[in-house]
Amino acid sequence: MLNVSDLDVWFGDPPDRVDAVRDAAFSVSKGESFGLVGESGSGKSTILRAIAGLIDSWSGQIEVDGTRIEGARRDRAFYKTVQMVFQDPYASLHPRHSVDAVLSEALRLQGMGDIDRRITRLLEDVGLGKGFRFRYPHQLSGGQRQRVAIARALAAEPRLLLLDEPTSALDVSVQAEILNLLKELREEHGLTYVMVSHDLAVVGHICDRLAVMQQGQIVEIMSVDALRRGAGEQDYTRHLIAASQ
Amino acid sequence: MSTPLLSVKNLCVTFASRRGDFQAVRGVSFELGRERLGVVGESGSGKSMTGRAILGLVRPPGRVTADRMELEGQSILNLPERRMRKLRGSRISMVMQDPKFSLNPVMTVGDQIMESYRLHAGGGRAAARQKALEMLNAVRIRDPERVMDTYPHEVSGGMGQRIMIAMMLAPDPQILIADEPTSALDVSVRGEVLNIMDGLVRDRGMGLIFISHDLNLVAKFCDRVLIMYAGRVVESLPARDLHNARHPYTQGLLRSLPRLDTPVERLPVLQREESWRSGELDPSPET
Repeated sequence: MLNVSDLDVWFGDPPDRVDAVRDAAFSVSKGESFGLVGESGSGKSTILRAIAGLIDSWSGQIEVDGTRIEGARRDRAFYKTVQMVFQDPYASLHPRHSVDAVLSEALRLQGMGDIDRRITRLLEDVGLGKGFRFRYPHQLSGGQRQRVAIARALAAEPRLLLLDEPTSALDVSVQAEILNLLKELREEHGLTYVMVSHDLAVVGHICDRLAVMQQGQIVEIMSVDALRRGAGEQDYTRHLIAASQ
Repeated sequence: MSTPLLSVKNLCVTFASRRGDFQAVRGVSFELGRERLGVVGESGSGKSMTGRAILGLVRPPGRVTADRMELEGQSILNLPERRMRKLRGSRISMVMQDPKFSLNPVMTVGDQIMESYRLHAGGGRAAARQKALEMLNAVRIRDPERVMDTYPHEVSGGMGQRIMIAMMLAPDPQILIADEPTSALDVSVRGEVLNIMDGLVRDRGMGLIFISHDLNLVAKFCDRVLIMYAGRVVESLPARDLHNARHPYTQGLLRSLPRLDTPVERLPVLQREESWRSGELDPSPET
């Protein structure tokens, strides 16, 4: 589903160039859920943003569903395949657009018909009732906003979801609800996930495999089983696991 | 234990709104000795508001009432601003969540620490500089001479938080209120900052109020924990017994955390009950 190799991402021009990601390579197969973990500044979110087309200063190969991607331009077919959910549901929804406006805009952009029925369906999918359709973001709790953000991503009926710390702005009890929802949606729709998180337990819950990043480089790719056993090959991985127990 | 450092009884914080009064904190009582007291709860549970009320930082239209709020036997409830300012910093200090928003961006780190020290202890620049260097050393900043002359944007998050702690500790307060001091930090830096705070509390015999949403962190780090829900303390217990908590809210919170060592298919979701908002706190064994 997703192939990344020799990926370098940088910001700025020399002499102030910062290499945010260096020589990253990983692949995610269809239906798999892959985690990217590391501390802040390790480059994990940068990789997601490069895939999504939010950064143009990168080199290397990114292949989504067999198609090579260049620069920051993405065609409509790309966004039908790949969608992203952001970290902060307070910032990622337009404060003056109702849920209905957010979802119908996304549907219209994807050239979907029968918008009315689809919105009902999307809200149902993310566990929000019909009553939420004409609410504004300030009338929603953090967890409900994140559900709307997920519904918006699902509007395109994508096959690959990029999740950038989807629960780190939420309380633990709400986090549990969103994690359950993500698990269900993946099973129902046969989705592939790439999830960025700093929380190893969250990645352990959602993902099958993960890459550990440090200072822009992937230091290790391991299975979640290995993560649970604390069996990192690299010192840094073991240190990270120990620090989060 | 002799007189507690801080004694709070029936603390309420009320905000008037168009739909009547909203109580952010509803009758919180506790005593703080020379110990590490954790206050845990979700957003909106009133834990930060409790900390702010103690420091007299609740602004109108917020109202603070209590049957008792005493610092070593002396009432500090609704003191006039001028007297409160004397206490704030010198006897009770607060470390906030995000160093990025709590440090002055156009003042060097050294000047900020020196200012906070001279405001409370007086003395000349030379003495203040000496003290500032000493404090930076205490929070284990290597090369404090260099850090003194940097601006906040030139230091990392972990270092910024340590500078905040240094600044708050310079006037030697008796009580430190730390509001989510490590939430903005990475796990590896987090451990370091906690160790520093722990050492300072032990060496100086301070009382620490540690406000956090992270149950496991509090269980590991604190001596005693108060669990807050909807503005009330629903449970109070020794930190080491947290995993044997009896209140269904505490139990629910603990269960809703994904764990690396015990994978589950679905995380149990917290079912909130109306009775948690109103029911009396069952008398739990106090330490």
